[in-house]
Amino acid sequence: MKEKDPLNVIVTGVGGQGNVLLSQLIGRALVRAGYCVTIGETYGASQRGGAVMSHVRISRQAQYGPLIPHGQADVILGLEPVETLRVLGQYGNPGVTVITNSRPVYPLAVAVGAARYPSVEEIARALEELSSRAWLINATEIALDLGASILANIVMVGALVGAGVLPLAPEEIELEFQESLPGDKLDLNLKAFRRGLAEIKAR
Amino acid sequence: MTSIIAYEPGASQLLMGNEAIARGALEAGLGLASAYPGNPSSEIIGSLAEVAREMGIYVEWSVNEKVALEVAAAASFAGVRAIVAMKQNGLNVASDFLMNLNLTGTNAGLVLVVCDDPSGQSSTNEQDSRPIAKWAELPLLEPATFQEAKDMAKWAFELSEEIKNVCVLRSVTRVSHARGDVRLGETKPPSRDARFAPTMLGQFTPLLVTLKHNMLHQKLKRVREIFESSPFNWYTGPEKPELLIVTCGSGWYYCLEAVKVLGLESSVGILKLGTTWPLPEKLVLEHLARTDKVLVVEEVDPFLEGNLKELVGDNFSALGPLTFYGKRSGHLPSVGELDPDQVMGGIGSVLGRERVAVEPEYSKKAQDLTGGMVQSRMIGFCAGCPHRATLWSVKNALKLDGRGGFVTGDIGCYTMGLGPTGFFQLKTAQAMGSGAGLACGFGNLDKLGFAQPVLAVCGDSTFFHAAIPALINGVYNQANFTLIILDNSATAMTGFQPHPGTGASALGEPAPSVDLEGLCRSLGIQVEVTDPFDIQDTTQKLLDLMQHDGRVRVLISRRKCAIVRAKEEKAAYKVRVDSVRCRGESCGCARLCTRVFQCPGLIWDGESQTAKIDEVICSGCGVCADICPASAIIREAA
Repeated sequence: MKEKDPLNVIVTGVGGQGNVLLSQLIGRALVRAGYCVTIGETYGASQRGGAVMSHVRISRQAQYGPLIPHGQADVILGLEPVETLRVLGQYGNPGVTVITNSRPVYPLAVAVGAARYPSVEEIARALEELSSRAWLINATEIALDLGASILANIVMVGALVGAGVLPLAPEEIELEFQESLPGDKLDLNLKAFRRGLAEIKAR
Repeated sequence: MTSIIAYEPGASQLLMGNEAIARGALEAGLGLASAYPGNPSSEIIGSLAEVAREMGIYVEWSVNEKVALEVAAAASFAGVRAIVAMKQNGLNVASDFLMNLNLTGTNAGLVLVVCDDPSGQSSTNEQDSRPIAKWAELPLLEPATFQEAKDMAKWAFELSEEIKNVCVLRSVTRVSHARGDVRLGETKPPSRDARFAPTMLGQFTPLLVTLKHNMLHQKLKRVREIFESSPFNWYTGPEKPELLIVTCGSGWYYCLEAVKVLGLESSVGILKLGTTWPLPEKLVLEHLARTDKVLVVEEVDPFLEGNLKELVGDNFSALGPLTFYGKRSGHLPSVGELDPDQVMGGIGSVLGRERVAVEPEYSKKAQDLTGGMVQSRMIGFCAGCPHRATLWSVKNALKLDGRGGFVTGDIGCYTMGLGPTGFFQLKTAQAMGSGAGLACGFGNLDKLGFAQPVLAVCGDSTFFHAAIPALINGVYNQANFTLIILDNSATAMTGFQPHPGTGASALGEPAPSVDLEGLCRSLGIQVEVTDPFDIQDTTQKLLDLMQHDGRVRVLISRRKCAIVRAKEEKAAYKVRVDSVRCRGESCGCARLCTRVFQCPGLIWDGESQTAKIDEVICSGCGVCADICPASAIIREAA
């Protein structure tokens, strides 16, 4: 596959889901592979339920700015479905690839019963219509199955790498885990990553 | 996490702008680093603290920014290179010392990093700090890239030493809180012969103020000469551009991309300045002379634009007519942070070209399909946050008291108490410590007819930072108010840094812990301590304290931050909703638990028309069990 340059990836979710960690992990692997990488992060009050977004820009030639222009995302990786839709509306285009976790984190207005959260069917339809390829992954369920919902972000990295939209092989991500994680966490993270890989390969 | 000294010199490492600044300081032979945490600046000292032992440097979290600057200045006086970091509000706190330090000057390199937060993404204000460099007559550097953040920080020490004065390095959120690959240089161990030995009478004092002021002018003149040949300033574009963009800091990448996307490389030039005060006048004039249209791209205020216009005013006859575009002309927004689309729009409107960012057909489809589904996501207290519980008791106590009492707010996570998850209880929020300061004022208005109870809130870290003087003022002037110290044992908003009450140093080593109760009691204040998760007891204590008119009282509401608890201990309870006891809309409680208490772990299930626990979000604090009038929320030992 001929690489688009710069390749613009947006990672989105809700504060506390591990968005920053995820984009950093991809970024480090890409720098190791010799790419120029910029990551712009929007996380004003990251732990407190706000919408968060990382713009990852990948190039063979030069470093790009930390914000992707509107309509210019090549890949959107969502940790939360409505956040994926929010980003798609602003940064999407007919050629965009979307991979999103299907598990909602309800906005307060929904949690308190003042607003309605869209159904899976509505979300799936919007994703289908607005992208060239879209995957809905039950990453939180897989993570819960592994024992910790927080691993959903690692499952999603597996899905992202498995989808073949990044110039990275699974081994390159696993190497990053080995370099940055203590032994007790390594095993669980590798498991989550591989479950994500397998999930997308099975589609 | 990978530290900033994990890689070999010559390697490329993905670094956050703040880490790049820290790395640059290590490459300059840094000896001391100090700061009070504040986003977007916190990771500079955070990443240095991580490697302090290995590098043999001293790093501290100071009690506030003024003390942090004083600590760093002492190192400089003693011949040790030092860095001090702060956010824009912090610079205001430090400015009293800074506006004297500039006159007395320094010895070893002293770099003051200020990280501004355009759009106030993690701030209560939007402030462009650059005018303070002009005001204090100090050199100002603005990095545009991550590599430059590192290289500039390193060079700033050289410059500071050359002129024997503070060098200001100004970053913004999109540099500080963004990451990029940075080519590393060699780190250098600090000098180990710290000694305070002034070489002339009154060297570090304002003795002979006008003489020192004159010396300051001479220093600035020298800086201007140095800046003329700085590698941090460069031009790309045609010999005679139709439009010259002058930009600095975060604006540079946006301009570069905008010119490329618009296909204007052959007609638009970009002068990128890294040294923005004092301006390298010769260099700038040379470029201004080659065009008749200038667009200035910068965050946030038209600081560079104003300085360019001053320069043009001084050289009016030599330059000929020039038209300026930017924030003042309305071609770029005058508030908020910039982005590449705004810059494209600005260039387009100057040159009369339009760019369609997204195909209209796709745009319309996206709007139709997602518009109705995408709700706003208000930030609020986390599940299990002790602040929500405290403010619930505050709300109840104020209602029961019935005299129109209110809360003066302060800066921290609990500032969100001005919104729905804090039941709109905070009625003011300005600077660090100003909740207690305002309470001092309100608390003495009884002489002027005021009869409302006053509650002030502040966090534990904020208490040490700036509330103590206000508290003492209240005691001395017999102000009538209750200060609630929301003690969650962390500087939570900025990333859980330790503070004087936590018993840990910046390096995570044991440190003396300042006793909050003891300190307050030593002032003769009545002090009560409460667990915010015990709502009944907290409400009663508040009611009692509000009755004791005439002097300052303190309630310490103590419970660890929910995020810290989640890292350290298992959840206290398993919480569930008994679907038989929860009668939903027919209960008469009007969905008190979800509609009013507003915990993200407790949700209203539209399908079953009852409340429900979201087990992924719930932290198991069990407070909601005390809220439900039908006892339908069950907490069981986990």
